[in-house]
Amino acid sequence: MTKRYDVVVIGGGPAGMAAALSAFEKGAKVLIVERDVRLGGILNQCIHNGFGLHYIGEELTGPEYADRFVKLVESKHIDVMLESMVLRLTADRKVEILCPQGYVTVEAGAVVLAMGCRERTAGAIAVPGTRPAGVYTAGMAQKLCNMKGYLVGKKVVILGSGDIGLIMARRMTLEGAEVELVLELMPYSSGLKRNIVQCLNDYDIPIKYAHTITRLVGSPRLTGLYYAPVDENRNPILEQEQYVECDTLLLSVGLIPENDLLNGLDVEMSPITSGAVVDQNRMTSLEGVFSCGNVLHVHDLVDNVSREAEIAGASAADYAMGALKSGDTISVKAVDGVRYALPQRIAKGNEGKVDVYFRVGDVYKGKRIVVEVDGKEVYSRKTLILAPGEMEKITLTRADITGDVTVRLV
Amino acid sequence: MNMICIMCPMGCPLTVEENNGVITVQGHTCPRGKKYGEQEFTAPVRVLTTLVKRADGGMASAKTSGPIPKDKVREAAECVGKIVVSADVKIGDIIEENFYADGVNLVITGVAQ
Repeated sequence: MTKRYDVVVIGGGPAGMAAALSAFEKGAKVLIVERDVRLGGILNQCIHNGFGLHYIGEELTGPEYADRFVKLVESKHIDVMLESMVLRLTADRKVEILCPQGYVTVEAGAVVLAMGCRERTAGAIAVPGTRPAGVYTAGMAQKLCNMKGYLVGKKVVILGSGDIGLIMARRMTLEGAEVELVLELMPYSSGLKRNIVQCLNDYDIPIKYAHTITRLVGSPRLTGLYYAPVDENRNPILEQEQYVECDTLLLSVGLIPENDLLNGLDVEMSPITSGAVVDQNRMTSLEGVFSCGNVLHVHDLVDNVSREAEIAGASAADYAMGALKSGDTISVKAVDGVRYALPQRIAKGNEGKVDVYFRVGDVYKGKRIVVEVDGKEVYSRKTLILAPGEMEKITLTRADITGDVTVRLV
Repeated sequence: MNMICIMCPMGCPLTVEENNGVITVQGHTCPRGKKYGEQEFTAPVRVLTTLVKRADGGMASAKTSGPIPKDKVREAAECVGKIVVSADVKIGDIIEENFYADGVNLVITGVAQ
């Protein structure tokens, strides 16, 4: 017999757990499907602190933040399937799962996508040179170090200044490795200022902006690499190539939402976020399928993931129990320096407020955030600085949203 | 002393000096930057997050429950690296009391599986 749940949540990380809890609070019968041996997702390997300041009001490490949610999930009647991988999702919300018991199909009143994101790999960025051992994504090095107790190398270069790369620079230094250099293609860091200072400057690790790797050297193991500054078109200036000896390269060059499950389904995707296009309830263009967390768009703070997942979970429960009707929507457009805004659609004619999250495409100083509805200004805020690495939030009054919304910088 | 303020993405370059016991901060844009500059100049502190071994060969993560002096962080990390905790350790367990600062404990934050 096929089991039926009101809400099936795919993924048991921070997004999945928060979505499951809010769906449960609404009275839904909830299942979480998680492919790892435990709940918590990537938080389990993020042993540094800085999680939860906004959402919980305490500064926690990743495993501690996860544990708060794991304990809550375990205290409720929420079913959890571990070591279970969703292989297929159908348009009528049948969820096909490979699990220790075999291959099972579960029917869902609503589905919440909470699969998170994956790291961009060496193959994805096409580093020239040999293909030696010793090249890791920063997150893989983090997992091997923090979960398994292996230090992946002794002389390290890091490409990209994403937060995981910066965190790993400090982590590997404290474990006895030498971090020679961080190279960042862009003229600014994609990581938080605090991580630049506390993970690099504290340990005298140099970072070179507008630089990239030109060649890897070594076989079978990495022995060194060439790097060079880049011109304004981000092409390396080969005449200024330099060599650095190293046995390990960590890549911290971006994250991609893991939406493979949606292949073959008629779900509208955003080419900018690589996630689904959603409305204010985080429902995708496929009825009854919701999305939240890093599978929707990559977040810099887990606190925002939890908040977003609460919206998705509660809405999924409402949908499954017939309390959420979809109607006409208006679109939210991002222009003039705003790279994307989310949700991309807002349903018409409701009361209350709606939060719109957005990211800018470059570093901007002294700009004003302006929101227009049908060309009329409904929101304006002055800013000191806006950076691509920091997600911004604006709160709009629903009554103001009578037509298409545009978010821009002036 | 030159430093970068970390209170917001601005990252103001601060210059902090002491003249006759008076600390002056320059380069900040807001009061939070001034306070950060003074703290970093007089007594910089950091929370250490790191790993301990379990008796069963697995790993557990640990943190200092509060900030410790910045110049003690490396020494503290080396000290933690030599600690072996029992296999049934749990989140919140205190491993060492008054660890590199009064009232600051070394606490388990996670247990790897």
